Amino acid sequence: MAGLLLSRLLQAALVMIAVTAVAFAMFRFVGDPVRAMAREDSTPQERAELAQALGLDQPVPVQYARFVGRVARGDFGISYRNQRPVTTLIAERLPATLELVFAATLLALGLGIPLGVMCAIRPDGAAARLVQSISLIGISTPTFVTGIALILFFAVTLRWLPSFGRGDIVDLGFWTTGYLTGSGLRSLVLPSITLALYQLTLIMRLVRSEMIDALSSDYIRFARARGLPKSRIHYVLALRNALMPVITVTGLQIGSLVAFAIVTETVFQWPGMGLLFIQAVSFVDIPVMAAYLMFVGALFVVLNTAVDLVYAIVDPRLRKAKG
Amino acid sequence: MSAALSIENLRVEYPDGAGGVFVAVDGVSLDVAKGEIHALVGESGAGKTTVGNAAMGLIDKPGRIAGGTIRIGGIAVDPATGEAPGVVRGRDIGAVFQDPMTSLNPLFTIEAQIGETLRHHLGLDARAARERALELLRSVGIPEPERRLSAYPHQLSGGQRQRVVIACALSCAPKLVIADEPTTALDVSIQAQILKLLRDLADRTGIGLLLVTHNMGVVAEIADRVTIMHRGKAVESGTVRDVLAAPQHPYSRALLGAVPRLDRKLARFEVPGEGGGDTAQAARTKIAAQARDEGQVKVSEKLLEVRDLVVEYRARGWLPGMKGTAFRAVDGVSFDVAPGEIFGLVGESGCGKTTVAGAIAGLLKPDAGEILYRGAPVAAKGGASRRAIQMIFQDPYSSLNARLRIGTMLAEPILFYRLAATQAEATEDAAMLLNAVGLPPEAAQRFPHAFSGGQRQRISIARALAARPRLIVCDEPTSSLDVSVQAQILNLLKDLRDANGLTLLFISHDLAVVRQMCDRVAVMRGGKIVELRAADALFETPEHAYTRELLNLVPRPERHGRNGG
Amino acid sequence: MKLGRDIDLPFSVALAAAVAIALVLAAAFAPLLSPFDPTDIATYNLADSELPPRWTLDGDPRFLLGTDNQGRDLYSAILYGARVSIGIGAASVLTAALFGITLGLVAGYFGGAIDAAIMRVGDVIMSFPTILLALLVAGLARGLIPQASSAAWTPVILIAAIAIHEWVQYARTVRAATMVETAKDYVKAARVIGLPPTRIMLRHILPNVMGPVLVIATINLAAAVLTEATLSFLGVGMPPTYPSLGTLIRIGNEFVFSGIWWIATFPALALIVLVLAVNVVGDWLRDRFNPKLRGRE
Repeated sequence: MAGLLLSRLLQAALVMIAVTAVAFAMFRFVGDPVRAMAREDSTPQERAELAQALGLDQPVPVQYARFVGRVARGDFGISYRNQRPVTTLIAERLPATLELVFAATLLALGLGIPLGVMCAIRPDGAAARLVQSISLIGISTPTFVTGIALILFFAVTLRWLPSFGRGDIVDLGFWTTGYLTGSGLRSLVLPSITLALYQLTLIMRLVRSEMIDALSSDYIRFARARGLPKSRIHYVLALRNALMPVITVTGLQIGSLVAFAIVTETVFQWPGMGLLFIQAVSFVDIPVMAAYLMFVGALFVVLNTAVDLVYAIVDPRLRKAKG
Repeated sequence: MSAALSIENLRVEYPDGAGGVFVAVDGVSLDVAKGEIHALVGESGAGKTTVGNAAMGLIDKPGRIAGGTIRIGGIAVDPATGEAPGVVRGRDIGAVFQDPMTSLNPLFTIEAQIGETLRHHLGLDARAARERALELLRSVGIPEPERRLSAYPHQLSGGQRQRVVIACALSCAPKLVIADEPTTALDVSIQAQILKLLRDLADRTGIGLLLVTHNMGVVAEIADRVTIMHRGKAVESGTVRDVLAAPQHPYSRALLGAVPRLDRKLARFEVPGEGGGDTAQAARTKIAAQARDEGQVKVSEKLLEVRDLVVEYRARGWLPGMKGTAFRAVDGVSFDVAPGEIFGLVGESGCGKTTVAGAIAGLLKPDAGEILYRGAPVAAKGGASRRAIQMIFQDPYSSLNARLRIGTMLAEPILFYRLAATQAEATEDAAMLLNAVGLPPEAAQRFPHAFSGGQRQRISIARALAARPRLIVCDEPTSSLDVSVQAQILNLLKDLRDANGLTLLFISHDLAVVRQMCDRVAVMRGGKIVELRAADALFETPEHAYTRELLNLVPRPERHGRNGG
Repeated sequence: MKLGRDIDLPFSVALAAAVAIALVLAAAFAPLLSPFDPTDIATYNLADSELPPRWTLDGDPRFLLGTDNQGRDLYSAILYGARVSIGIGAASVLTAALFGITLGLVAGYFGGAIDAAIMRVGDVIMSFPTILLALLVAGLARGLIPQASSAAWTPVILIAAIAIHEWVQYARTVRAATMVETAKDYVKAARVIGLPPTRIMLRHILPNVMGPVLVIATINLAAAVLTEATLSFLGVGMPPTYPSLGTLIRIGNEFVFSGIWWIATFPALALIVLVLAVNVVGDWLRDRFNPKLRGRE
């Protein structure tokens, strides 16, 4: 276990080094930071001073070390576009994205697992075939099209639900939430469905194929030969084996939900980090892009490491042999 | 008193996909009395496992019981559902499957898996189930049962797992246990323990045991009665003593004749319908002539010398350059092989014999020691010795590239070593090789999937011969084959040796096969050679304790009746 | 339907394959099938802008599926757009497959440090979702190459942006399959014969690992088309002057609220039908190559 932990932490460190190096390279070599940050009418003297202030006259490794130092202190620089600290920008946008991702994760797991189990147990049933067909359409439809379709139907035609923004939010000081107001919750419905749909189909299909594998294994045959009831074989024995890979995927899914939120947030004008990032990309606002990259990188590293450790706890084969 | 299991005229059908039916079991009848071990033997595809599955009610769709009756303790099974009224699978019938590695769910403890059956069928509470589970583990001879209860399957050895599987099967004191190849995946020493356990259980508890197996030795060792199956039909049935001593049906006679004996060496196996014939003889003569063209090896010369060979396996670290812990698979092995002899290397799984083979064939790099071919080190790449040492492998399915035609496969080494000047000559050589191993030359046009296991092994031998080797390393060449096919392949290898003066390094876990094939034998254990002598001497007067133990543990057909069957 | 020896093709899969082939052909021959050239600004007429499809009340017989905000014929634009989408998707799949197969074969066959190095790079890349990495590459390219937003450069950048993530999948699959095959006796037999590694890899191993690669390539083609569409929708892909299906949907999205539904709907339908058809075929292929699932058919 200690060895596993160590190797995982090492891997995490390696990924973070790679990510910060890319972020640094973006910052340093893509475009000219001095020109991006200086005023239009600045003199060459002022620019040289700015370059010195940014430490650009130092050797590259020193610059990288300083960059990492600043990042470690939570200083991601100033946005080129709206001249505000990137840390503040992200802090403002973070709650919106996380609340959206949380709702979507609940939806995807809550529906994906039962549907997958159903399709595996009765693979030839009418319901399973229907769900399989719909899931194929699900993975073939891009998120933004789902979003537009939902807006057209529920917001434009039926006028039941809002089509953009977070609705009324409550400011808790360190966090802004839409979960506490009616309009906030209503605003959440369409974006979270949009975001969840693609992941839902992925989880459903994964559970189905894992479950089918588990059901055809020898130990399930042995359980049948021991005369155990079907319900127990399906829902306790096989499901537990089938859910092992789901742990991994769910961990990764939460990460990719954050990334896919970029699309959903664009469609629904949801004021989250994704929208911030996509605006940064179109304006080549490097500090924001770099910060976002590092944020997602860190998120993935944490999730991946957590998944590996959870896996090691849940799967007895990975625990250190006691006997 | 009614029999534990009584099968009458059973017929099981599967749709063959083309509108017809494939009859897997055709009119089989047998009885298993209480306290009796009834063996159901046959080669692969005989239908013996299907009979076992039918008795357990585990015939999977689209297969179906099309006729006959199955009675469990006198109660008839409904052929449609596989259930008998009042008979509960798991409580009244226990099952033991072949592979203990996969029969147990890896995510649950031993206690959970045994206790589950107890709680479900007998309604025991957790405490009582735990007590009973402990008792069961003790009765199947698992050391420290208290500790094992909380263990997961991967923490137990293969033999212990099979004991747990047997404990599960016995948990609710069934009247009948169906064991499908219960020792096939195990080493001989563990096999002997498990067989003894099964015999004891039958004697002590009076359960009836239907034992499905392909191994005549196992039958002779523990069974009371035996039914021999061939192509879905029961060809012969009777007490083990009668059937093994004087088989009546021609198939039973052929089957028993093909089983290698441990007590004396025979010149050849008697197998009907062998692929020899004049064309094969002519082809072998030609190959022998080619071999002579390459120059003779003096009989006094050592063809192969292995000196203090050491091979280690290292677990790989996560980062490049990181080294894991080393495991010494071969630990200072030395032996010589003389030209024209068949040298045997035997031992249980994990003893390092296959690793030795890999090192000699150049598949592995030795960590220490040397391997000399005619006095010169065997080079890892290229060199004359590379071509002179060829190999045949255990698994006839994975040893042929499924995407290449047989002809292409055989021509590849011929062309690579420029043993033929033109493509046409190489094709001609390939046809000759196929003749020599008893296959028609038309086989060259086909892909591997068109051939049976035995035929594939012949192709494998032809491919090894294509490079015109002096020495062929045979790594368990017949372990995956049925006995009658094994007998043919072993005869073929002997014939090729006799015709061409080939030298064979023969690796096997099967002592009887080694006895039939080899001139000299080395016994390996834990990466070391414990005894190396002429085969007859080794088998008749074994010196090392381990050799004696091994020989003692092998179930032998000729030893039947020992248990008073 | 029977194909060859033992391949039973279900009707739905045959239909999907036919649809996919028809769409690819329509895209390939777009210039012959289109009444207008949507890349030629001279043919636009603002007077024709935002016309609904032909069969509606205000439809214009010249424009089957109506026009967009610039008066461009939507039917022609979709044909050309599909051409761009399929072209970029296929090119990125080929690029990724070529890199992935090569690296996977080398990693799986040789193992050791080469293997570890390739796979660690892959791990880091796979830590990020395709769309994020592609956005970054596309975004960075704009900063690095001033002409990056031009119609000539964008496809190259898009192909690279998608392939940079996808090659890892091929490499992982091919590596795993190569390790399995390398351990098999036929490869050992080839090594005992003395054949050189490149020959063993190309002649013996490669044909045996191509099955799963084909499955991934099919499924990835669908995924790549979706990724390209998403990038274009987000505004970092193909420009409106040379639109892909994603770009057309982006344009249409701005008009959805004003009731002009057709500009977004028809390209979206085309995109979904294309991706769905490819996915149905890919799904079937995957089930066929998975022996565990195959036994249950």
